[in-house]
Amino acid sequence: MTGPAAEGLLRELAPQVLGAVIRRFGDFAASEDAVQEALIAAAGQWPREGIPDNPRGWLIQVAVRRMTDHLRAESARRRRESLVAIPEDQQLAPAPDEPPERDDTLILLFMCCHPALTRASAIALTLRAVGGLTTAEIANAFLVPEATMAQRISRAKQRIKASGLPFRLPTPEERAERLGAVLHVLYLIFNEGYASSIGPALQRADLASEAIRLTRAVHRLLPRDGEVAGLLALLLLTDARREARTGPDGELIPLAEQDRNLWDRGAIAEGIGLVSGALSNGSIGSYQLQAAIAALHDEAARSEDTDWPQILALYGLLARMADNPMVALNQAIAAAMVHGPATGLDLLKRLEGDERLAGHYRLDAVRAHLLERAGDRDAAIVHYRAAAGKTTSIPERDYLLAQAARLAAPGA
Amino acid sequence: MKYMLMMNAPRGNGEWGVSNWSAEDLKRHIGFMKSFARELHASGGLVGAEGLASPGQARVVRAGKHGAPEVTDGPFPEAKEFLAGYWIVDCESTGRAYEIAARASAAPGQGGKPLNMPIEVREVMSAPPVEV
Repeated sequence: MTGPAAEGLLRELAPQVLGAVIRRFGDFAASEDAVQEALIAAAGQWPREGIPDNPRGWLIQVAVRRMTDHLRAESARRRRESLVAIPEDQQLAPAPDEPPERDDTLILLFMCCHPALTRASAIALTLRAVGGLTTAEIANAFLVPEATMAQRISRAKQRIKASGLPFRLPTPEERAERLGAVLHVLYLIFNEGYASSIGPALQRADLASEAIRLTRAVHRLLPRDGEVAGLLALLLLTDARREARTGPDGELIPLAEQDRNLWDRGAIAEGIGLVSGALSNGSIGSYQLQAAIAALHDEAARSEDTDWPQILALYGLLARMADNPMVALNQAIAAAMVHGPATGLDLLKRLEGDERLAGHYRLDAVRAHLLERAGDRDAAIVHYRAAAGKTTSIPERDYLLAQAARLAAPGA
Repeated sequence: MKYMLMMNAPRGNGEWGVSNWSAEDLKRHIGFMKSFARELHASGGLVGAEGLASPGQARVVRAGKHGAPEVTDGPFPEAKEFLAGYWIVDCESTGRAYEIAARASAAPGQGGKPLNMPIEVREVMSAPPVEV
């Protein structure tokens, strides 16, 4: 088996191994460290020496050995300090070939995406404990030094330890809120990969793929949950446009100008199937609605074939579900496509006083776009430039400046 | 030795010099900055680089009463230049750091003319030398 295949297997097994080790020892933080060490050992050894016959058992055995060493060192320290020792028989022997009784991926996701953690911590911890990524890989994906990421992960684990969170699924009462938090973290991981808000690279493909892989795992475990299916559909339908979204020099290409031949038809078909199935079950949720909107974009053979009236109706439903100014902005764009730019600009006026949008570049960018469509070139230039001065994404800034420059060119 | 190369960009007549450039000039400038970054990265000498958001978003913070932040617009509205971004490079000699800085300084501006931006070069302090 080659290196990448071994890596894929390791990432697949990571949550199962961690679940087994936690069930044996109870200590999430220390177990997570031990599993990380086992994964690193395997990543070095397997490509060289071949995959063991029972890879899961191999990883559990190595992690349990690390864990036992850790407990011995701890108990020796405690003996020195207070003469209270952990009995030897509490350091259980491994049973590495025992088959997985259940998939602990969900419990781990609920744990790592706990609302008590900051979003940044939850994202980092999820990628490590459930995604099986190394700290170095996560640090690299977020463009921060490894020591910074290691500290973030270790603080997140301390926080989980301090909260005394039991290793089990949430109660039925907590479930909806906790699943919402899990889906939100997965969505943020995807977004970080897809539309990175920092740094020079617009897309960091590995994070987007990782978010899809994890969401797929959740969908496998909860196949009847409409919002899980909706999120997976949304991610697939958005990611399907990845190749078309940037030009040869990494410049941003907006939806209307993308080469639709580059869109991933397989991902689109899968996404449409998922969202249609979820909506026909009678459930409705914001991820399903967003996926339905993405599907309408992806189904249009040409930009001008887009079913804007249907998209406008879906944004109307979304706006009723949650008071979100970003939804209102997109609704204004859809309204402009259906009823003309003046209607869109009217809707934007209502958003001007919204504190949540104050100073946000998207409001200026949308206004510039609608002003341009309305034929008000000078005002459009002003707003494109204002938006460029506010965005913190380099590709977005370059795109907005190019729009302003295009309109300002003589003869434009 | 590590050096920080600070790019001081002209403010232009508005908030941001480049916002009045033509599409072609912008494209040339952006293309240069991208290939410059790729080249530095490939050489193995790049420690880090960041571009900063526009100066219109800059604020100056001082500790006020009881250490609470006192925030004012800033930094210096009358300044002709502002810090637009920086590179940290690891190189063998000061001369090499100067060469890299000169390349950055000559980034193309309007009409493809080199900007000759001032690049401030500062050596980064390091740990004390090993005692022998």
